[in-house]
Order: sequence, then C-alpha cells, then structure tokens
Amino acid sequence: MTRRRFAVLVPLLAAGLTITACSPPGEEQTTSGDSDAKVSTELGSEQITLEMYAETGFPLAKALADEFTKQHPNVKFNIREDQFTVIVENAPRVLASDNAPDIIRLPTMVDLVKDGLLKNMDPYFDAYGWDKFPASQLVQLRIGEGGVRGDGSLYGMGLGYSVTGVFYNKEQAAKIGMTQPPATIAEFEELLAKAKAANLQPIMQFNKNTAGINFPHQALQNQYGDPAQIADWVFQKPGATFDTPAALKATQTIQKWAKAGYFPKDANAIDYTAMMGEFGKGNGLFMFNGDWESANLDKSLAGKVGFFLFPGETAEAKRVAMSAPNTFGVGAKAKNADAAAFFLNWVHTNDKAREISVNVGGSSPGGPADLPLPSVKEGTVLAETLKAAQQLGADNGAIDFTANATGGIFASAITPEMQKLVAGQQTPEGYVKAVQAEYEKELSR
Amino acid sequence: MTSALGGAPAGSGIASRPGRGNPGSPVRLHRKRWGRTARWIGWLWVLPALLMYGFFVLRPLVLTVQYSLYRWNGIGAARWVGLDNYLTVFTDRDLLKIISNAFILIIFFSFVPVVLGLVVASLVRRIATGPAGTLVRTVLFLPQVIPLVAAGIAWSWVMSSSGLVNQVLRTVGLGSITRPWLGEFDTALPAVGVIGAWVMLGLCTILLITGMSKIDPSLYEAARMDGAGSIREFFAVTLPSLRQEIGICLTVTIIAALASFDIVYISTSGGPGIQTTVPGLEIYRLAFSQRQVGLASALGVVLMLLVLVCVLPIQRLTRGEKP
Repeated sequence: MTRRRFAVLVPLLAAGLTITACSPPGEEQTTSGDSDAKVSTELGSEQITLEMYAETGFPLAKALADEFTKQHPNVKFNIREDQFTVIVENAPRVLASDNAPDIIRLPTMVDLVKDGLLKNMDPYFDAYGWDKFPASQLVQLRIGEGGVRGDGSLYGMGLGYSVTGVFYNKEQAAKIGMTQPPATIAEFEELLAKAKAANLQPIMQFNKNTAGINFPHQALQNQYGDPAQIADWVFQKPGATFDTPAALKATQTIQKWAKAGYFPKDANAIDYTAMMGEFGKGNGLFMFNGDWESANLDKSLAGKVGFFLFPGETAEAKRVAMSAPNTFGVGAKAKNADAAAFFLNWVHTNDKAREISVNVGGSSPGGPADLPLPSVKEGTVLAETLKAAQQLGADNGAIDFTANATGGIFASAITPEMQKLVAGQQTPEGYVKAVQAEYEKELSR
Repeated sequence: MTSALGGAPAGSGIASRPGRGNPGSPVRLHRKRWGRTARWIGWLWVLPALLMYGFFVLRPLVLTVQYSLYRWNGIGAARWVGLDNYLTVFTDRDLLKIISNAFILIIFFSFVPVVLGLVVASLVRRIATGPAGTLVRTVLFLPQVIPLVAAGIAWSWVMSSSGLVNQVLRTVGLGSITRPWLGEFDTALPAVGVIGAWVMLGLCTILLITGMSKIDPSLYEAARMDGAGSIREFFAVTLPSLRQEIGICLTVTIIAALASFDIVYISTSGGPGIQTTVPGLEIYRLAFSQRQVGLASALGVVLMLLVLVCVLPIQRLTRGEKP
C-alpha cells in the first residue's frame, strides 16, 4: 500500500518540480522610463470603459465618475471597490495582471514604481500644464532615483487633498469653558485636564486594527521638531531616522496622556467605526481625524462640531498637519491611459467636479492656484476644514503620514507598538527604536 | 504532465507481477490482460482528482518550499538566500512569540473542547436518540455552521467594554473586573481561545456522541454487574472505547489551533501588540502587506511541519487496535 502510494506521489512531485523548473520566481522589471512618451490630451468620441479601483466607504470616486459620464457619455466606468488595507495588499498583483485598472486608488507607491507597475505622469504634466498647480500639492506624488519620494517624476494625482486636525464637540467644549480653539499645545493639554475633571472623555480615538493614536502622536511630533525630518523619513531619504528627540518627546506625551486617562481606557478595543459611533453619540470632546469626515459630521451632528489644526508650542508657531492627496494613479498596463489622465485633469479643473470634490469628499479639490474654491455653507465643519486647508497651504505645512513611510510600517510596527505603549507595555524609547528598526528592515529588502 | 502521470505507474511494478499464474493458459492470459486494462481504467478514473491534487496541493507545496529559499516581493526579481528565511523564523523574537501563541491556543481549541465534549456527550448520551437529542445536537453543532467571520464579529461585540459579558458581570456585582476582554494584553489571547473553544465544542461533542452510540451496551451491563458507578463506568468503558474519536477530535482541533486565522483576524487583528497574532495571520501579513513572500513561505513550511509534529504522534497513539 505504501509503495503504491509512493508510486503515485513520485510522478506528481516530479511533474510539480518540472513545472517550477527551479528558476527563481518573479522577473526583473524595468521602471517605466517613459517620461517623454507621446500622449494625447484628446478624449475622442470612441466608446470606452475606464476600469477604476477605488476605496470602499468613500463615495467621491463614484460621484465624480458619474458626473464625468454625464458630461462625456462615451466614457463609462467600471468601478471595483475594496477597503484601503485590501487595496494595499492587492495593488501589486492587480496592477501586474492583464486586466490592470486604468485608475487606481494608491497606497504607498514606491514599491509599485520600482516594480514598473505605474504610469509615469510627466508627459501629462507637461501636456496639461499642471505646472500651474502649487508645486507643494503634488510633491508627495513624485518619486526620484532610488525610490526617494518628494522629487522626480510624477506618478499620481489626488481626488481631493485631505487635511487632518482635531474635531471637537461644541456642547462639551462649552461645558468646560472652551470658547475658542487652543492656540498652543499647553492650552490643549489644559483643556484635556479640564475635560477629565468634568468626567468627559477628553479624546475619543481608535487604536484597534490600526493605530488611530498615531494621529495625535504625529500631530505632536510635527510640532516638537523640524517637520522636514519627518518628511525625509516618510520619503525614505537616505540616512533619515525616526529616532529623533521630537519623536521621543511626542511618544512621551502620548504615554502621559494615556496614563492620565485622556484616551478611552479601552482604546485598543475601539476600531475606526466604533470611534465614529461614539463621537457621534457625544462621547468625546476631541477626536483626531481628517476632513473626509466633514460631510458626515455635518449630517450626524449638524452645527455641533468644530475643527481646528493642531496648535504648536507657541501661538505664533507655524501650523503643520498631516495632509495627503487621496492618491490615484494610472496603471502602467492601463488600456486607456490617455482617458484616465483626461479624467484626472478634469477632476482638478472642471467647476462641477471641484464642487463634488468639496461637497462629497469634504476635501480641497486642488488644481491651479488661481481657480476659486467652490462655495460651502458657512458654519459647517466643511467650511472650517476647507479654511484650515487654505491656512495650511499658506503656511506650507502639509506633511505626509508617518504611516505611509513604507508598505508595512503601519501594520507591523506603528500599530502593535502603539497598542503596547498606551497599555503600558512599551516605553517611549522602546517605541521609537522599534519603529525605526522595522523601517530599516523593510528598506533593506 | 499527463505523460509523466500516465507513464510512470505502469512501469513501477504494480501492473505485472512475475511468478503468479500460468502465462500459457488462454483464460489466465485473458484475465491478466483484462486485469491490466482494469488497472489502467482505475487510473483513468482517479486521473482528474490526481491532476487537481497535483496542481492545487502538491504544486503550491513545492512552490512554497522554493519561494522560502528566496527573498522576493512577489513581483520583481527574486534573490537566492538559502536558509536565511528559516534562520529568521527561528531567531526573530516576535516570530517565536507568534508561534508560541498558537501553542497556547491549543489548550483552548483542543483540550477544553475535548474534555467538555466528553462531559456533555456523557450527559446527553442517554437522550441522544430521541427528538430532544436532535435538538441538543443541532444547538451544539450550530457554531460549525455559522461562518467564522460572523462568529468573530458577534463575539467581539459580546466581549466589548459594553458587551454582554461585562453587562452580566455588572449585574451580578462584579463590575470591578469588567474590561475590554479582547483589547487588554492579559486577557486577549484567552478571550480569543474562548471563541475557539465555543466553535470546536460542538464538533467534538457530536463526534463523541456518535462514538458512544457505537459502544456495545453489554459492556455497560457487565460493568454495572461488577458494581461500577457511573464515574467508574465512564473511565473503564466509555473513555477507552472512544480512543479513535478522541484522536480525531484532537487532530482536527490542534490543526485548527495552529493554523487559526479567521477568528483572530476578525476579533483582534492580532492585537493588542502582537498578543494574539498567530502564524496564519503573520504569514498573510508578511506575504501581502509587507511583501516578504520568502519569509512568509518559510513560516508556512515551518507551520506545516509543526502541525505534522503535533498531529502524527496522536494519530499513531490512537489508531492502534482497541484494547
């Protein structure tokens, strides 16, 4: 019996081995060096279907696609949606497949560019005259030699440009005598203490699945040192490190806040949806989040929510905030790359599209500096976040999320270590070192 | 591939056995020829299954072993690193902790359900044949029918800060020990274990009840005549007769513990920290989020070997003849 079974296994194994033929998996990819390829800015009248891969829970992409089809009936969209983390995991394989999407919501792009999976947008930049956009708008989407971001060729555009800060519950703010947003970190901490004393939840923040407490952490880190250090680290500039006095001080502050009970006691068991639910129910004075929630909050807590950019150590300090384009790129294998680029340009420049970006997406639409912002209703959170985005632009204080530094840094270092930190299982020094160690590990492969 | 499959078995000594029968007799000759064809037809019947098995089980297995020897991001060129990935698996402190988490889960996924299953099965054995028995079996088997993802979501509500468990604790005056069970460092892994125990208990109980129904009633009669009480009866008759069933229960549940993924992914995502991260989850993370396909494959191979090391002795111990 065993011999017979063996007789079956041997040829099967042999066949299996022959198929794989012991050649190393994968193949050398050439980075798409088509930075001066010929492109067309004409949409044409041919019937085409743009394949789009977008993020679940964010209706902006679909709203823009619908409007585009209304204006250009020959272009239809086929939209596939997934959660962001799923897109992060799928993007390389989806882009490498024969059915690569024309337009894709991008996670961190560096690996994708190294593998030659994304279209170089430089020809479109020239053809459409995107040099009229403020340069800072697209800086996060540029990748240069050796995969360093912040410079080099353009590989994506934003469907809206998000800004993050602090939402606050106006009713609870009134209870503790907060009449205007804090002007300094010290004032912010005073408010936290007052809220705690008044038996309010000072900060409602999620920390399950992914570390939401990284929002306040980076907000502090942005102010405790030169934000350029963080930008260099996120852009993977050689020699950049997370192990800085600013990061350490930010981590110590987060630890202090956690010990003081400023975060929910069960933050590690609260996920993003639960946080939004709790804040919506009026549990929590502050919440660190982004303007993508503005439209939702204007609906669920109309008139009760305010927003401010996280302050600096002094009232005069420059405002700095995590702000990133909702990046969309064009697949290197896209069948309708010209149409995709046409769409991206349209999103930034068409009046109706800009209005949708603001009202559905809640974020600044970007585009040329001389185009006016669509008007929004005064007194809404949306109006406040848009104003904040403008202030940030004026201060040139937009900075990318540390969570975006590498493909795996958020899941494999920031999240677990932050969970340990707020539970008292990790020291601030250990946190900073652990994040840097993972970063180096990922860059070395 | 087809030719390799078709050709090899014929020449591998199964078809012709020299020295048996009389080759001269036409009847024998006919029978032998027919026998040979029958064997060939047999192979033909299993060929589709074999192809499937080879393509979907053996080929991935071989490929995984191959990938584990490379450093590869899944798309670009791979670099040969020999056994480096295995070295990492056995020296990385986080990975070792992750593997040890899986072994702790065995207590909850295997031992608890088997012991509880024996108790429950003994209790409901006598009513097992009536309509009440059907009801009990259905209720107990329900966790097996519910998708684990749904179970994970439901349990994470039950164990949340304001969930059922804490509500009950508060009602009975134990408000001081309420906590987010899945979110605290000390309780997260046992809490995940409880979910696993709940899922596995039904399966074990059903298997054990079935096993018990096959035990010869005369054994119980004899035991009772010898003056055995129900506890003595359990240890002298029931338990030894269930050796094979217990073996199956342990095998299935230990594999479920070591290769667990869905319950953990849904209820805790491996957090807080890496307190509940298990190899299955880490393999997925390594391969798809960190894009370290080589290391993920190495961990996968190690996991497979660990499962075999745990399960094969159980098979050996419980497969022998009944005493």
